[in-house]
Amino acid sequence: MTVAADLPIPPGAEPAKKSFLRAKTTFLSWALTTDHKRIGILFFFATTLMLALGGLFAMLIRIEHLTPGPTIMTAETYDRMFTLHGVIMVWLFMIPSIPTTFGNFILPLQIGATEVAFPKLNLASFYVYLLGASIVILSLFLGGIDTGWTFYVPYSAHTPARVLPTCLGIFIVGWSSIMTGVNFIATVHTMRVKGLRWMKIPLFTWAIYGTSIIQILATPVLAMVLIIVGIDHAFDWGMFDPARGGDPVLFQHLFWFYSHPAVYIMILPAMGVVSDVIPTFARKNPFSYRAIVYSTLGIAFVGFLAWGHHMFVAGISTFDAGAFGVLSMMVSIFSAIKVFTWVGTLKNGSISLKAPLLYVFSFFFLFTFGGMTGVALATMALDVHWTDTYFVVAHFHFIMVGGTFTGFLAALHYWLPKVTGRMYSERWALIAWALVTAGFAVTFTPQFFLGNGGMPRRYYDDPPQFQWLHVTSTVGSWALGAGMVMVLVYITYSFFRGAPAGPNPWGSRSFEWRTASPPPERNFQGPVDFAIDAYDYTTPQEPE
Amino acid sequence: MTFALPSWAIRALDLPPEAGPTARDMDALHATIITITFAGTAAVALMTLYYVIRYRRKREFEATPAVVASGKREWIQGALLLGMFLAFWVWGYAQYIHIETPPDHSMVVYVSAKQWMWKFSYDDGQTSNDVLYVPEHRKVRLVMTSRDVIHSFFAPSFRVKQDVIPGRWVNAWLDAAEPGVYPIYCAEFCGVGHSTMLGEIHVLTEAEWAKWRRGADPEEMIARGREAATKNGCFACHTLDGQRHIGPSWSRLYGSQVKLTDGTTVLADEAYLTQSMMDPLAQIVDGYQPVMPSYRGHLQPEDVGAIVELIRSLKDGGGKEPTIALPKLVVEKTGQTTEKQP
Amino acid sequence: MSDAELADTPPTHDHYATLEQQAAAVKIALAIFLASEALLFTGIFALVVAYQSDWPHAFQIGIAHNTKVLGSINTGVLLISSTLVAVAVDAQRAGRRVLAGSLTLATAVLGIVFLVIKMTEYAQHFSEGIYPGGRGHFFLEHPEHGLPTFWSLYYLATGLHAVHVTVGTGILVYRGIRVFKGSLQHSLEASALYWHFVDVVWIFLWPIFYLA
Repeated sequence: MTVAADLPIPPGAEPAKKSFLRAKTTFLSWALTTDHKRIGILFFFATTLMLALGGLFAMLIRIEHLTPGPTIMTAETYDRMFTLHGVIMVWLFMIPSIPTTFGNFILPLQIGATEVAFPKLNLASFYVYLLGASIVILSLFLGGIDTGWTFYVPYSAHTPARVLPTCLGIFIVGWSSIMTGVNFIATVHTMRVKGLRWMKIPLFTWAIYGTSIIQILATPVLAMVLIIVGIDHAFDWGMFDPARGGDPVLFQHLFWFYSHPAVYIMILPAMGVVSDVIPTFARKNPFSYRAIVYSTLGIAFVGFLAWGHHMFVAGISTFDAGAFGVLSMMVSIFSAIKVFTWVGTLKNGSISLKAPLLYVFSFFFLFTFGGMTGVALATMALDVHWTDTYFVVAHFHFIMVGGTFTGFLAALHYWLPKVTGRMYSERWALIAWALVTAGFAVTFTPQFFLGNGGMPRRYYDDPPQFQWLHVTSTVGSWALGAGMVMVLVYITYSFFRGAPAGPNPWGSRSFEWRTASPPPERNFQGPVDFAIDAYDYTTPQEPE
Repeated sequence: MTFALPSWAIRALDLPPEAGPTARDMDALHATIITITFAGTAAVALMTLYYVIRYRRKREFEATPAVVASGKREWIQGALLLGMFLAFWVWGYAQYIHIETPPDHSMVVYVSAKQWMWKFSYDDGQTSNDVLYVPEHRKVRLVMTSRDVIHSFFAPSFRVKQDVIPGRWVNAWLDAAEPGVYPIYCAEFCGVGHSTMLGEIHVLTEAEWAKWRRGADPEEMIARGREAATKNGCFACHTLDGQRHIGPSWSRLYGSQVKLTDGTTVLADEAYLTQSMMDPLAQIVDGYQPVMPSYRGHLQPEDVGAIVELIRSLKDGGGKEPTIALPKLVVEKTGQTTEKQP
Repeated sequence: MSDAELADTPPTHDHYATLEQQAAAVKIALAIFLASEALLFTGIFALVVAYQSDWPHAFQIGIAHNTKVLGSINTGVLLISSTLVAVAVDAQRAGRRVLAGSLTLATAVLGIVFLVIKMTEYAQHFSEGIYPGGRGHFFLEHPEHGLPTFWSLYYLATGLHAVHVTVGTGILVYRGIRVFKGSLQHSLEASALYWHFVDVVWIFLWPIFYLA
């Protein structure tokens, strides 16, 4: 394919004599690297491995639903599968993936920094993550865990499965989350290139900044409560045991105080990707930069006040429930504003339909539908019928897979040339995109219908009237899985055989493209000019 | 708008067959919301499609105008949208309160959930497992607790779902209009048998209901309540004949307005009575000392229901039992019976 | 090192442009880390508040049983230690390295004193048969509902705080030794700020578990 840079290559962006990839090649130069770009790549491999594992569990769960009664596993195995699918996807993939991989790689480039503020802490965060993830995986071999990713007491305090190792693993991964969050906030505050004002920072960096705030404030509460649950199970303290004066609903409050903001930890980075991909491929400034920044911060703060909408039928007072309902509506308004702004950005643009933008359009459609069903759920009476059914499962998979995961894929295709200096195959990307999007829709749309019909979640066996919907959903999951494998294959292939990309194959004005691709060890080969705005597409520039 | 859709699609989009008026109300809300959801998503998709075609890249290096959104328009758009969301909320919240508030004078059934079955106890002393019998056109209040972990009582056709929590008594109610058989699911993961914790609600016609009731002895439940109250030392402080003792008498208690130490009054209904057993210090009756121990975890759910039935049977007075006046010493002793070590 | 000396000092890590930038990064990172720590303790405080309203009587008994004297002495120890480390920061700014180093080490010593007193308390509880999770003969003698919860929360909160004191003491010992040789101003400030935080957490724990 032909690629051409539209901006004249700035003085710092000639192909680096030695990119960060080739500067050092020993094993230790990777294992002990403090280069944020290399750490980003390490995280990419680790989190992608977790995605594969979580995805495998998902496929097995879907196959189990192919026939009524036992299909390929027992109920005990099934309970462990959906628990680990949730735990791995939430804590080991969705939460860390975009911030630690693309955040690590791109954020310093977007603010003209040579490094993050604390490179060693960054590396430590990676190993802490590995340790925590290993313990979670290990718990699989210690008897597994069957509480669901929500660890509701008193079940989680009495189950015959192992609870403590999983809780400990998540606790440790939480440390990694906090370390990375602290690092990013300090970086954005203190490492910006001279003259780069706050309201000129690219939107992806803003999104990671907002995410970091949530991570730092919410994670410790979860850490605390999970440790108590672990202790309860292992040493029988009975802290939430009603027979001994404990209160199981109190646990739910503390759990959702973290786990609702965690939803925004997962979706905000993907929103950041969307906010940056659209201007690049529409060659147009964002319809309202301010609206996106303010709604990011709005989500980061108001998101902390909506946790109770997970508990409308848990026996909380109708007044509390009403307050949480109204606050949930407030949060959703920020997401709606973002969608309007993104669509508005397309207007008057010069739109080029490349794979990253295709994934962004999937995001538009799936996230909007998922978000609207979220509003429907916050319409409290309907939540009484839908909560704990497949409707909720479908709703959050539309947000998490349709939103976060397509955002992750958009980022992967968008920044691949930045990271490796090579292009993927646009044709294969188109096929894979179609498979992933269609597979997704076929997998999860029937689950809305299952929820309408009243099919509860976490059921090993299905009432017979729901069977045809389950079969459809399972078949869809195969297309989704095939699409993902295809992405993995052609991305790997591109690393060895892809066409050279040049510094700026998309003609983007964003700051990270103003240096060589892949960048040199210290990111920029000389002083970089940040005078032209990251979203300024008003001046046409012919290639040289 | 669904007139052109095939029947399977309508079935998939709709909530399950309605069993009563509450379900019908909710379905009106549901139809409105999903229509707007589809319309909103379609609008975003069509808008995107239009822009992609209209503004597709024609030349490789074209410049675009820098558009700055008008702040005023953004605020108006945001406010309109928020207005719509809040309207949804008002509608939904009103229904939510309706669902969460059992009406007065409804028939009471005690529900106790355990891994993995539902047990129903009726005011006439009958019990049934996994099948709940209710009469048509009657409002039925379910007073529920769990004996082990959290379960959730879910009757899709009634649009009712309520987590059933150990150590607490929670309320839900059914608005049964149409005779028929409707499913009950457990909706909160409760262990390996979660998907087998199924039940049925049989809404009986008046004739069927009368026939089903005939077999039962209404005195049985009350007798059991008397036995449980004796065994647990309740009569050490409470009388059945209206005499004042360490605690309030049970005679003429049910259905009365009780004045509390904080000056408020509360209706002595099932919820108040069960709460007073589980968490006695939460609401202290004016003029009495906060000395009652909690019976949380010490009373079988059926016994709690039986004791409440006993109190209900005394709502017009008529306690034949003599007052059992016991010295204060015994109160201390009953306090000790609350001790429980795992 | 005085401020004047600092102005010309290059940063100790070469990805920073200036020492000023390095100091700013350390300060903001510590501030947000402490916010995170505060939320960790808030989780426990939320549990305490909720259970106290469930079992007010048991909490009264528990608090009355706790040794007010030891708890209050410990409050004094921490308050004095915080003052010392604050003076140490001033001393270093004024260029008086030896004084600053000594004061920092003295703070660490008080940290150890705090831990010794705390462990004495634990030993006393254990000998009375009070163990976490409602174990021990104390709970057979006092079957009040909610007492096991009170003591479990007590061990959890003060134990977590003791871990923080231990970490803080370690940091102060390391920093104190470095200060003698000439340490960066912002490093000592960061250590001191962490110590103040540990102190403030205790100021919340003290009334909750000893006074109320």
